Amino acid sequence: MSSDKMDADKTIGGVPSPLRRKLLLGMAALPAVALLPRGALAQALPTDAVNTTKLAVTDGTVKVGILHSTTGTMAISETGSVQAEKLAIAQINEMGGVLGRKIEVIQEDGASDWPTFAEKARKLLVEDKVAAVFGCWTSASRKAVLPVFEQYNGMLYYPTFYEGLEQSKNVIYTGQEATQQILAGLDWVSNEKKAKTFFLIGSDYIWPRTSNKIARKHIEMHGQKVVGEEYFPLGHTQFNSVINKIKLTKPDVIYASVVGGSNVAFYKQLKAAGIDLNKQTLMTISVTEDEMLGIGGENIAGAYACMKYFQSLKNPNNEKFVAAFKKMWGGESVIGDVTQAAYLGPWLWKLTAEKAKSFDIDKIAAASPGIEFTGAPEGYVRIHENHHLWSKTRVGRARTDGQFDMVYETADLIEPNPFPKGYQ
Amino acid sequence: MFEGYSLAELGSIFAMQGFAGLILFSVFVLMALGLAIIFGQMGVINMAHGEFMILGAYVTYLCSNFISSYAPALFPAYFFIAMALAFVASGALGMLVEWGMIRFLYRRPLDTLLATWGLSLILQQVFRSVFGAREVGVVLPDWLMGSVAVTDTIEVPINGLFVMGLTIAITVVIYAVMFRSRWGQGVRAVMQNRVMAGAVGINTEKVDRYTFGLGCGIAGVAGSAFTMVGSTGPTSGQLYIVDTFLVVVFGGAQSLIGTIASAFTISQAQSTMEFFLSGSTAKVLTLLTVVVILMLRPQGLFVLKVRR
Repeated sequence: MSSDKMDADKTIGGVPSPLRRKLLLGMAALPAVALLPRGALAQALPTDAVNTTKLAVTDGTVKVGILHSTTGTMAISETGSVQAEKLAIAQINEMGGVLGRKIEVIQEDGASDWPTFAEKARKLLVEDKVAAVFGCWTSASRKAVLPVFEQYNGMLYYPTFYEGLEQSKNVIYTGQEATQQILAGLDWVSNEKKAKTFFLIGSDYIWPRTSNKIARKHIEMHGQKVVGEEYFPLGHTQFNSVINKIKLTKPDVIYASVVGGSNVAFYKQLKAAGIDLNKQTLMTISVTEDEMLGIGGENIAGAYACMKYFQSLKNPNNEKFVAAFKKMWGGESVIGDVTQAAYLGPWLWKLTAEKAKSFDIDKIAAASPGIEFTGAPEGYVRIHENHHLWSKTRVGRARTDGQFDMVYETADLIEPNPFPKGYQ
Repeated sequence: MFEGYSLAELGSIFAMQGFAGLILFSVFVLMALGLAIIFGQMGVINMAHGEFMILGAYVTYLCSNFISSYAPALFPAYFFIAMALAFVASGALGMLVEWGMIRFLYRRPLDTLLATWGLSLILQQVFRSVFGAREVGVVLPDWLMGSVAVTDTIEVPINGLFVMGLTIAITVVIYAVMFRSRWGQGVRAVMQNRVMAGAVGINTEKVDRYTFGLGCGIAGVAGSAFTMVGSTGPTSGQLYIVDTFLVVVFGGAQSLIGTIASAFTISQAQSTMEFFLSGSTAKVLTLLTVVVILMLRPQGLFVLKVRR
C-alpha cells in the first residue's frame, strides 16, 4: 500500500526536485480551481442529499465542534491544538469550505475534567448536532467521551499520540499509536548508539505504562536489557533518588515518558546532578517543542525525542504551515507534534466529506479508510482501515533554542497497529 | 540489586543518596515554613499557599527577563534580587488578602478553607490570563547550574546546596523573629489568647495582617527558589500544596520545631524508599506511615504545651 506516493515524498529534508516543485505548485493551485465551481457544487449537492441525518448543515454552512481544555491543568497542552484546528478551519473556509459550505465552529471547554468532557460532547452532538468534533487530548478525556460518540453517532478527530488498544468507528486518530512512535525510535538508538541497556522512567498512568510495556518487550526481544523501570505520581517534583539509581545502573539509554510539571523538574535535576545529555543518551517520547518552553532548552539540549513531527522539518508544506501558524497566533508560538496532528483533523474530515459527497457520520466513517492528505506539514499521510494514520516516525535532537534537529526518519510510512500481537 | 558493584561505588551512591534526602528535606522545610506560620500560628487553612509560591516564581521569571535585557551585567546576581522582590510581592498580596477576606473569617476556620480554595482558583486563572496557559522557562545564572564533584564519583548539585543554604538562613531568621523579637512575642501572645492580648494593648488586627503577610512572603521566596528544581506554570502551585499540608499537620500544627522534624522524617523516609522501591510505591508507603502515626498521635509529632 505504500509505493508511488512515497517516492514523491522521499525528498523531504533534502532539496525538492524541480518536478516536485511543479507538482506542489499544481497542488497549491488546486484549491483555486475548486473555488470556481463552488456555487455549482452546492447546487449539485443539495442539503437534503449531503445531510440525511439532521446534522447542523444548511445550504451555506456546516457546524463543527472544538472540544479541548482551555482552563485547568491541561490548558498548557491543549491550547496549541485549539489554535491549529482553528487555523485549518480558517484556511478551509478561505478555499470555499467543505462541499460548498462554510465551516462554523462551536467551541466548548472541557476544563481538564473528564466528566465535563463527556457532558460537553453530549451537548455538541445532541443540541448542536455538529457534523464533526475536533478535540480531546488526554486518554482519560477520550475514554470519557467515547461512549457518548458511539451512542449518539458522532465523529471525533483525536490528535494526541497515545497508548493504542482502542479502535472505534466514531474516532479518527490523527496522532501515532504507541508502536508507531516507539519501535522505530528504539531500533534507531540500538543501531546508532549500540545501546545494550535501558532505564525506563515515566509518570504513573496508562500511557507511560503501556508504552514502556511495549518498549520492554521490544528491547528484550532483541537481546538487550532493561536495567530499571520506574514510575512517579503525576506532579512529582523530586527526582534525586531515581537519578542516583540511574547513576548506579549506568544505562546506555534513559528512556523517558515523564509528563506535565514533573517533566520540568526531571530535566532540571538531571542537569543539576551533572548528567550531561551530550554524553548520556536520553530518548524521550513525551517532550515536544511545547514542553521545551517550560523545561528550557539549556536543560535538555542533546536529548533525543521520538515523534512524527518537528517544527523544524524542512519541506514546503511545513514551511507554509509554520508561517501561517505564526501569522495567526504570533511569532513566538511553537508547534509540537500534537499541534500538527490537530491541524490534520479538519483537513482529513474535509477530504473525507468530499469523497463521500455527504456529511452523514456513517458515510464519513465508511469513506475514511484510504483518504490521503498530501498537504500535511509532516508529509504525506493516509488513513488506515483501523482509523489511525500511516505516518513516518522521526528522531530529533534537542537544541538549546527549544527546537529539534531531525537526525533520522523512517524510509517508509509506518503502519498503525493499535492492537500489537506479542506486545501485550 | 547491588550485585556487581564495588564497595567504593556503593559508598558514593549512599553518600549521594543521603544528600538527596537532605535536599528533599530543605525543599519540604522551605515549602512548609510559610504555611506553618499561617496555619500553625493563626489557624487559617490557606489553600492558596501554592499560588503564593507561584507568584514568587513568576516574579523571578519577570526579573530574569528584565535583567537579562536591561542590565545583563547584574545577571549572575539576579536571583537574590528576584527573591527579595518575590518576598515583597507575595507578602503584599498576602496582606491585601488578609485585609479583604481572611479577617472576616477568623472565627470560621472551615470557611477559610473554602474561601482560600476559591482564591487559589482565581489566582490560577489570573496567572493564566497574564502569563499564558503554558509553562514559562526561567533562565538561571550559570553558577547555579551543574554540580560540584567532591570525589570522582560523588557529585553534589549546586542548586541543591543553594536551597539548603537558603532554608537554613530563612529558618534562623524566622526563629529570631518569632522567639527573640518583641513583635514575635506579640504574635505568639495573640495566638495563645487573642482577647487577653488585645486587653494588654497589642493591636491584634495589625499583628494578624503582618503575620499573614510574612507567611505569604516566605511562600514567595520558596516559589522563587523552586524555579531551580521545578516548573513554573499557572497550576504548578498545586504540585506542592499536598506535601506542604502533610508536613505541617504531621509535625503538629502549632510547632515550628515540629514542622522541621516532620519534614526531616518524611523526606528521609521517602527518599530512602524511592531508592530501594519504586517511585509510586514509596509515595504510598510514606502516606500510609503518616496516616498510621496520626491515628496513634492525632496532635502530630510535637505539641505546644499551653494551659487550657
